[in-house]
Amino acid sequence: MLVPYLIIFFLFVLYPVCYGLWLARHPESYVKLFDDPIFFRTAVNTLVFLVVAINVKMAMAMVLSGFFLYKRWWIKGLSLLFILPWALPSIPTILSVRFMLNPEWGVINTQIFQLTGLDGPNWLNDTTLAMSFSMLMHIWKSLPFWTLILLAGRMSIPAEQYEAASVDGASSWQKFRFITWPSMRTLYLTSTILSMIWTLGDFNSVYLLTGGGPADLTHVLATLGIRYLRLDQVDLAMASIVVALPLVLPLVFFMMKRLSK
Amino acid sequence: MKRWTWRNTLTEAKLLLIGIPLFFWTMIPVYHLVLFSISPRDTATSGRLWPKEPTLQNFNFVFYQKHFYLDYFWIQLGNSVLIATAVAFLTLVISTFAAFAISRLRVNGGRTVLNMALFTYFIPAAFLAVPMYKTMGLYGLLNSQWALILAMVTIASPYCIWVLKQASDKLPYELDEAARMDGASPMQLFRLVYLPLMVPSLVAVGTYSLLLAWNEYLYAFLLLSRDDTVTLAVALGNFLSADDSPWELLMATGLVYALPPAAIYYTFKRYMVSGLTAGAVKS
Repeated sequence: MLVPYLIIFFLFVLYPVCYGLWLARHPESYVKLFDDPIFFRTAVNTLVFLVVAINVKMAMAMVLSGFFLYKRWWIKGLSLLFILPWALPSIPTILSVRFMLNPEWGVINTQIFQLTGLDGPNWLNDTTLAMSFSMLMHIWKSLPFWTLILLAGRMSIPAEQYEAASVDGASSWQKFRFITWPSMRTLYLTSTILSMIWTLGDFNSVYLLTGGGPADLTHVLATLGIRYLRLDQVDLAMASIVVALPLVLPLVFFMMKRLSK
Repeated sequence: MKRWTWRNTLTEAKLLLIGIPLFFWTMIPVYHLVLFSISPRDTATSGRLWPKEPTLQNFNFVFYQKHFYLDYFWIQLGNSVLIATAVAFLTLVISTFAAFAISRLRVNGGRTVLNMALFTYFIPAAFLAVPMYKTMGLYGLLNSQWALILAMVTIASPYCIWVLKQASDKLPYELDEAARMDGASPMQLFRLVYLPLMVPSLVAVGTYSLLLAWNEYLYAFLLLSRDDTVTLAVALGNFLSADDSPWELLMATGLVYALPPAAIYYTFKRYMVSGLTAGAVKS
């Protein structure tokens, strides 16, 4: 009964991975890759994306998981809406944001013009702004998922611990510091690492919002690999992935060890 | 009823201080999507926060395919339905078999297969896309919808195997023994004992793979290219290729495309949330 999955695994995972590594065997590909000025920029962008976007996202998810613990009718309603970014497909929502940011007729700049009479910035034509919006897009899309995960973690902490702490007169910060955080630390770390691995593969947030532009300055590794592929430079595409492996593989093995103990 | 105190008021104020920004943060892109799709062509870009004359005209254009970007709308919608259903069906079969073999039959090498699946689960999707594209070319599957179906099954099944394995580990083992004593073959055990007990998890992973395939953009746009074979996701992406695209039609199509997964998600929310949180991260 394992055979169907094994067929899928060998045909569409193992063989492609080996074939891809074989395509990336030439040292010249790496020389060419490192000579491409876009590559260096991409590597920096990817690191910024991982460090900033993920930490901001996980911190927000931590706060919001605490927020959704409160029992109010309106919080219950909000939680239904809050899941939308995650339940809806990426394309319509990301394109919707892209249009909002259009410098000439996007709703943001038209509003700025109507209110102040000034022209708003050309949002996606500025590298820093474009990168920031890609990161915000990524956070918008995946925040609900991680909030749910952390919420499940918080709900598994026995309520008696908090009650006992209240009796002893603990402040809410002390409760977080001495009850919530110790029980959530492992989950938080695991989630952060898993999110890092997946974010490396987040193609949509960057490609659909900025297309890697302006002037190919906002690419991340995920979009750069696909760009090389579309330009028919498969060796470069694979090389750009292989250089990320020293970062990815330790994270993957850490996760596998954790999940399959 | 809670007594009114300064302390309680402060808590409510703090909650609202998080809740109100959160509402706007979540809803602005969605609201803008809806706003655009009910705005008439000439006022869509006027920057109004509510259209002067809301209209369903754009949907009329979409459903009657009255624009060359929409010439294949119904075929592409059909492709999306067909591919998502096929992926969900195949993933369910493959991953249920695998989880049953690993967790209940405890076959040799089950552990290894589970690790292989986990490894696949952790490969960033865009990284696997490059060699996958080349391999599909070698197999002669490029531009065939089978390429996308098989690729999505590959991506969806590891997680499903993992979730189903976790869930089936929780079923009491005595059940299998009792069934075996009564002379049930492994196949009968699977059909008569295992499947009925696994229904909630099967719904969760079925929905998960259905939505994953329906929402997929990257693989769909790499593996398919003919107008009559692509999914709706790729067709939406194609609007971006020209500067004079009819954005209000794109947004209307996008809304039509986004509604089914949202409806499915809310219908099966119960199963999804428990399945996902149980499986995604084990603390």
